[in-house]
Amino acid sequence: MNSVTIAVDLAYLVAAAGFVVALHLMNSPATARKGSRLSWLGMIVAVAAALTSIIHDATITTTGWIVLSVGGAGGAAVGLIMARRVKMTDVPQVVSIFNAVGGGAAALVAAGDFVRLAGGAGISSRVMIATVLDVIVGPVTFSGSLIAAGKLQGWVSSSPVVFRGARLITAALTVVGVGASCYLLAGHDSTAMLILVVCAALAFGVTMTMPIGGADMPVVVALLNSFTGIAVAIAGFVIDNGGLIIGGALVGASGGILTVLMARAMNRSVISVMLGGFGTGDSGPATGPAAVGAGASIRRISAEDAAIQLAYASKVIIVPGYGLAAAQAQHEAAELAALLQEHATVFFAIHPVAGRMPGHMNVLLAEANVPYTDLKEMDAANPEFPTADVALVVGANDVTNPAARRPGNPVSGMPILNVDQAKSVIVIKRSMGHGYAGIDNELYIDPKTGMLFSDAKAGLAEIIASVKALVAS
Amino acid sequence: MTTGLMSDIYMFVLAILVGYEVITKVPSTLHTPLMSASNAIHGIVIVGAFITASQARTDAGYALAFVAAFFAGMNVVGGYSLTDRMLQMFRKRPVPPAHDGTKELS
Repeated sequence: MNSVTIAVDLAYLVAAAGFVVALHLMNSPATARKGSRLSWLGMIVAVAAALTSIIHDATITTTGWIVLSVGGAGGAAVGLIMARRVKMTDVPQVVSIFNAVGGGAAALVAAGDFVRLAGGAGISSRVMIATVLDVIVGPVTFSGSLIAAGKLQGWVSSSPVVFRGARLITAALTVVGVGASCYLLAGHDSTAMLILVVCAALAFGVTMTMPIGGADMPVVVALLNSFTGIAVAIAGFVIDNGGLIIGGALVGASGGILTVLMARAMNRSVISVMLGGFGTGDSGPATGPAAVGAGASIRRISAEDAAIQLAYASKVIIVPGYGLAAAQAQHEAAELAALLQEHATVFFAIHPVAGRMPGHMNVLLAEANVPYTDLKEMDAANPEFPTADVALVVGANDVTNPAARRPGNPVSGMPILNVDQAKSVIVIKRSMGHGYAGIDNELYIDPKTGMLFSDAKAGLAEIIASVKALVAS
Repeated sequence: MTTGLMSDIYMFVLAILVGYEVITKVPSTLHTPLMSASNAIHGIVIVGAFITASQARTDAGYALAFVAAFFAGMNVVGGYSLTDRMLQMFRKRPVPPAHDGTKELS
């Protein structure tokens, strides 16, 4: 071990420590950006170390340099453009794509190591085990994340795609993949078998993600994020690099925690999400306002009625849901909040699964210039509802259903926002259609609830106009 | 880094535990930036792409290294710029405009 390798190893340690401290700084919006920059510095240190190491080893060929610089710079340019141009509503897709390429790169690193060693002196079993794991996990993440991104973007149907024999195909892929893996693990360094494993894993990623509905996307995106972390860590085992192992393990933990949190917030088990067939996606089983609740009476109100209630309230809690994100009404919501804040206390109560990926709604509202101090998490917001004059629910459904507190229905036990405890409730919704759980929301038939049937964006704009008229008069 | 299997496993397990401790403290307000930030961190796979490229000798090896470098470059640069773009939007309540004339709009 000479001084250069020691310096390089220490640099990887510095980078890894930087990542940990960076994640720690993300425990508050006030320090999060500093954390992100520290993480970036750590990454620069790691890349500089890798560069030093390959220059020092001097094994790289001229072609190798060209391949590395052209490939790396090309990818960096594409990534930069995507990150700069993406609209905040489309962030989940782009995160999925970055996730896909990360998993793909991990598998390629392992495959590159395999191709180099195959047919030579033989591959040690520890490298072989890690390689086989990586060419399974990496491609599954790659194709799975691309399908998830396609579903989020609307290129692939966001409804669960289930057809007869789908399970059979998945089972067949598993058998092929496992069989080929065992052949490799038995000590045969066959490139053809490696390719077979990669193909089976790619196909498995597709059949795994296709049956999962749009509503479950926050869970799936988090799970695939975790997979990529694991794939990168395994690539670290293949090439024996601590930086990759630590970085990958941190992401694996992060994705794993988010997966469990999201599944819990949706009242679903991770297993049932992965089995798929649930959640019909964007359209939802929406029907006309008269479709359900025929026996129960609902109180319809106009935008003017809503404006009067809001204008005279001294404490308003806005509950944004998926409908607000779908209608891209975050700017209207922010404008209404700012308008009402001239005379009242106003904040947003945000359920963990509001939006299309974990925490997505917060980003949308932050983009609309809502200060983060006005974005309250479920646990912080719930004690505030009993003292709120008006709770304004915009495009949220199941997460406000008081039925969740009673056993014996699909939302039982689901953590909800206690909207029904507010002194009065206004719900802006396109129709009486069901949420993903497919049941009636008891909040809507509560006598203190007024229903404003409208698109979130149009409804909020009308309320804003009416409030302004009231304030002016 | 030449360490050996056992210390690799030590690192892996301890890093998962550290990750768990640190990440459970992230508020749900920041879950999207967190996911993007962790996405950027797994861009460390670019180090693997460097090493793959440095050892490649065959056409297949070069092809794998090229795609790995492309993917990893996209992952790391895209991940960090997207995270930063999101985090800069999380602001405190803005001070009145009179005191804020110099602040850039974004």
